[in-house]
Amino acid sequence: MRIRTSFLPVFALLAFASLAGAQSPEPPTDVVISDTPNDAGQSVEVYWALSETDIFNPLNTNVKETDPEMIVATYSIERKVANTHGADVSDEDSNWRKVSEAGAGESHWTDRSVHMGWSYDYRVCSVDNQGDASTWCDAHASVTPTMQAFNMAKAWLAIFMLVFGLFIAYFINHARTGKKLWVRKIAGLEAIDEAVGRATEMGRPVLFVLGIQDINEIQTLAGLTVLSRVARTAAEYGAQIEVPTCRSLVMAAARETVEAAYLSAGAPDAYQPDRIHYLTDEQFAFVAGVTGYMVREEPAACIYMGGFYAESLILAETGNHIGAIQVAGTAMPSQLPFFVASCDYTLIGEEFFAASAYLSGDPLQIGSLKGQDYGKFLSVLILLIGIFFATTVSLTETDESAGFGAGALNYIKYNMLGSEGLGSFGSGETDIEGDDS
Amino acid sequence: MKRTVPLIIAIVAGFVLLIANFIPFAEGWGLTAQEWFNILAVGAMILGGGNLIKLHLMKISGQRKGWGYSIVTIGCFVGTLIFGLFKIGVHPNEIYPSVAWSGYYLESGSGLWWIYQHMIVPLTSMMFAMLAFYVATAAFRAFRAKNTEATLLLVTAGIVLLGRTYAGVWLFDGWLPESMQWLRFDNLTVWIMDIPNTAGTRAITIGIALGVVATSLRILLGVDRSYLGQD
Repeated sequence: MRIRTSFLPVFALLAFASLAGAQSPEPPTDVVISDTPNDAGQSVEVYWALSETDIFNPLNTNVKETDPEMIVATYSIERKVANTHGADVSDEDSNWRKVSEAGAGESHWTDRSVHMGWSYDYRVCSVDNQGDASTWCDAHASVTPTMQAFNMAKAWLAIFMLVFGLFIAYFINHARTGKKLWVRKIAGLEAIDEAVGRATEMGRPVLFVLGIQDINEIQTLAGLTVLSRVARTAAEYGAQIEVPTCRSLVMAAARETVEAAYLSAGAPDAYQPDRIHYLTDEQFAFVAGVTGYMVREEPAACIYMGGFYAESLILAETGNHIGAIQVAGTAMPSQLPFFVASCDYTLIGEEFFAASAYLSGDPLQIGSLKGQDYGKFLSVLILLIGIFFATTVSLTETDESAGFGAGALNYIKYNMLGSEGLGSFGSGETDIEGDDS
Repeated sequence: MKRTVPLIIAIVAGFVLLIANFIPFAEGWGLTAQEWFNILAVGAMILGGGNLIKLHLMKISGQRKGWGYSIVTIGCFVGTLIFGLFKIGVHPNEIYPSVAWSGYYLESGSGLWWIYQHMIVPLTSMMFAMLAFYVATAAFRAFRAKNTEATLLLVTAGIVLLGRTYAGVWLFDGWLPESMQWLRFDNLTVWIMDIPNTAGTRAITIGIALGVVATSLRILLGVDRSYLGQD
């Protein structure tokens, strides 16, 4: 017993030595907190400068010489409520408490668990792999999350939409006065009557596929408008129309559309709801179901209108193999080449969205197409201005961040087309090289 | 009434989503509208499933051509439903070990997981793999040099196809002067994809964006009602 107690001072000395030798990492610096801009006052941004012993710190040039025991593993972020402006706050929130952890190399975190109107203090420390923490680095001031009335990052988008909406409203009103508006012929839509007629002559059905997206997608809605016309033509000609769907809600909407089309064609008895049916939500299982139907029943006309992905080519090629006349329309740029290669007619992007107005022949809807054209004109104008400034900058100025041209170009890129909002002229980023925005 | 109520719902939901995009205060409204849609979609799943079963049962009862496949379809449907609903093979969650159905329905090793991994994944992969053959047949038809445009397409596609493979590098290896290196298929491919292809895609994308806005406005203003079956 006496021998053991004689070792106690030695153990105490060793423990003290180990504590003294435990090196904690360097703390982060410059903790800056700010209210998240353009939000509903429900988040706060926390920024800090990386610790000197963080190996991901670009300023840490001697990574290899950094003491392994001091290398930062994580950053610990703590928060406390500074002021609630009269509201009750729990003890937990009124004292420092850990709210998050960020990995080494990270210098930003968004706190989405704050109350609007309350003031908060933040502090950050670095922690190494041994769990040793640095001293705390406090933010210099409190932050109070507030709600903004308008998302200024989208100010230019709102302006464009407003202008575009005014164009459309003007031309709709213009059409109301009875003035005739000219719209060029869209071959794909003209061919629909021909396709349905062919199916009628051959005594085979017309297949209509609305894509694989749900009813909340604008492409599906655009597809439904074409379906309305196709169903009415089929009802007038006495042809059968088959509409397999990939979503239950689309099936319900398609049934309503087709039923109304048969009714307006004066053939409500010919409407067969079972021909508009749900197959599956699974993309390729849907393809298997539709292509199986195509091979078995050999529809004379296949019409694809909606949002398509990889299944587009499988459907269109199967239709091609069975010799059906095919019309497709989609706003998926990556699928357009497949439809162009395999179908007889393809509605490319905007033509697909114009189909509803074109087919209806309603002057009000055609007026909206005219407004769309003017929107396109405005886009081309901005494009040309951008091209002019980009060319001028690259030809005349050695320093791409200087001068009126560069300022204008940056404003178009980062404010009008980006998310910098209205901002001030020339305040955008200046890194033009290699930018693909 | 049957048309008016859906029209009002569509217009109100559309405007709510539009406003939610620009006004931070209304951000939650957009999310609520989306949640309502999800609830409706779940309800509609029952409608879709019911329709699927009804059609196949009719096919079986009428012994129409291929009715045997309908038995397989209904068998798979009911089987998957049972495995999923009753969580067959799912172990209770560690937090609630005494609650029988507390585990994750797609837990590794469970019945539904097995169906997904060993039936759905291979079957969908098989369908996806068929794309390779369809690409070949479509390319054969599209690349026939019938006229100037088709010839241009053929040449461009040939360059891109070779440029994407090692052949594009190998063909020009060692003999092309330094000043002519831009003619290498791999370099030409990068240029074709970055410049003409991007320009064309962006033109289409701008047209699509404007089309989306115009169509949305037509629906929001109630000018286009054809999706409800009205002209």
